[in-house]
Amino acid sequence: MAQVELTGIAKSFGEVRVLRDVSLEIRDGEFVTILGPSGCGKSTLLRIIAGLERQDAGRIRIGARTVDTLRPNERDIAMVFQSYALYPHLTVAGNLALPLRMRLLSWQQRLPGARWFSPHIRAVERDINRRVSEAAALLQMETLLPRKPAQLSGGQKQRVAVGRAMVREPRVFLMDEPLSNLDAELRVHMRAEIAQLHRRLGVTFIYVTHDQAEAMTMSDRVVVMMDGQPLQFSSPGAIYSDPVDLRVARFVGSPRINTLPGVTTGRRSIDLAGLELPFDVALAAGERVTVAIRPAATGVAGQHGLPGSGVPGLSGRLVHRENLGSDLFLHARIDALDTTVIVRQDPSAIDAFPLGMQLQVDIPVDQALAFNSAGARIRSRVVARAAAS
Amino acid sequence: MIGRPSPWFDLVRHVTLLAGAAVMLAPFVWMTVTSFKPPHEIFAAELTLLPRQWHAYENYREAFTKVPMLRYLLNGAIVTSAIFALQVLVAVPCAYALAKLDFRGRGLIFAMVLLGILIPSHVPAIPLYIMLWQVKLLNTYAALVIPFVISVFGIFLMRQFFKTVPDELIQAARLDGLSEFAIVWRIMVPAAMPAVISFGIFSVVAHWNDYFWPLLVINSRELAPPPLGVAYFRNEEAGHDYGPLMAGAVIIIAPLVLAFLAAQRRFIEGMTMTGLKG
Repeated sequence: MAQVELTGIAKSFGEVRVLRDVSLEIRDGEFVTILGPSGCGKSTLLRIIAGLERQDAGRIRIGARTVDTLRPNERDIAMVFQSYALYPHLTVAGNLALPLRMRLLSWQQRLPGARWFSPHIRAVERDINRRVSEAAALLQMETLLPRKPAQLSGGQKQRVAVGRAMVREPRVFLMDEPLSNLDAELRVHMRAEIAQLHRRLGVTFIYVTHDQAEAMTMSDRVVVMMDGQPLQFSSPGAIYSDPVDLRVARFVGSPRINTLPGVTTGRRSIDLAGLELPFDVALAAGERVTVAIRPAATGVAGQHGLPGSGVPGLSGRLVHRENLGSDLFLHARIDALDTTVIVRQDPSAIDAFPLGMQLQVDIPVDQALAFNSAGARIRSRVVARAAAS
Repeated sequence: MIGRPSPWFDLVRHVTLLAGAAVMLAPFVWMTVTSFKPPHEIFAAELTLLPRQWHAYENYREAFTKVPMLRYLLNGAIVTSAIFALQVLVAVPCAYALAKLDFRGRGLIFAMVLLGILIPSHVPAIPLYIMLWQVKLLNTYAALVIPFVISVFGIFLMRQFFKTVPDELIQAARLDGLSEFAIVWRIMVPAAMPAVISFGIFSVVAHWNDYFWPLLVINSRELAPPPLGVAYFRNEEAGHDYGPLMAGAVIIIAPLVLAFLAAQRRFIEGMTMTGLKG
């Protein structure tokens, strides 16, 4: 069993507080992604779990052991780095064998020529070779074994780096942006491969990325980190549709979630430039709030609901269209709120939306999310009912 | 526009380079042909490139028999390889610490290394001489080796190269269970092999050709490295007999020339990598 338990981890580099009081409980066999913009501390957190950095405060448990004082190689973990970090002077086979040789043979046994005197060393080396070829077979890279890293493509290096982590049979896999140096197509392919590898090995994966597509597609659960703190730790679906913080809502989803400035009325509703959204909020009148709504959740009057259909709307002017083939994004300028709202439509309807037209943007109340001025989510009963159904 | 340069430019360029090469090579050519000539031809009024009467066998026999030339070569080999091996042993871990480990005072120590490069080797000669005299090591191999064991240039060169090795490689090695010493010798040195080789070239050439320091600390003939040996030869044996003297000179530079020809490409890589002139 290898659940990973972090309690109150803090880390500063000089004056900069990179991590402040991070506590996470990662279950055995789970694929957890730490997602956040660069500089949010996610890589530092991973390196603290690996033992490459020492935390200033807090405790780490892997499985049943507290590992705070253990060296990286004693923690039963393996790590895949962004730059792959393959040993340039060793062949692929040598790269895969090195961690095993270090673990299974003492330094005297690793001396060149020692194998001639000991059948034991030869047996261990046979075992190492068997495990290297098994890993190579699993990752379909047997033909790469005699090559040097300089002779490999980016995707092949990536595969070797994963293989080197795999041969050690760790209880926890740590991955630090392993796909960010690959081209887009290969990245999509490797995403599926890593997810498959996780299912096959069944061990705990902790994966760090700034790419929300990787986080959403591979993980069981996602930790969204900002400014050295985890903001939300839940399933990819909940991260997208039920964010607890405005920063999470803004970071996840493409195009970005629409955010509209509003004011509470004190009548259990929010005022958006004259449009009154019925919200079950227990806030005094006059509080500044932010209403957020996904482009895919909005609509344009005439498509979803005509004026008077019950769906409240904002009037705006179409200033830009983006046709992605699968989606059509309309950018509507809402002068009353001094903002632009993006609305998703079906691309087949593009002719119905000439640039410059006046349109009515639907704000379906059950899909809208409200956040207070500090960015924390304001739960409303309407949303709660929608999520439950 | 990038295209073929005009043939005139090509011609001028080649003539210039050839002239430069001729100027550089002339002393070596003269040394070599002189080593083949009998004494009367060396001082003959007219200049000839090839000897009319070959005297190579006699000259070289004299160089090998009158003085222990092979002994000098062996001394040179022992001293330069000992110096280089110990320099690497000291410089590589120092360079690793300065490039990749974080510790208090690292900047200050590196500044001192840089300062060390600025000091000409002749400045500490007298203190070193007195120190070796006090520990009674004058006139030993140790006297030839010890002052050069710490090469600040070597530390600097290796540190610059280690800086370019990504941190993640070192972290991967730590995860794989390598100790810091194993990282230095099994990961950093193989990764920095071009730097080690170019440092080796500098070190071996400099100490093989060094005349100043052996002249100070060595006075027994059996310990003399090649340049000092040739000097003895000149002073005592050959006098004004330049044929055997030039033969001796050819013999002592031959190992370096052969090594250069064998590893020409590495040699040039090393020179260009460090951005220094030889």
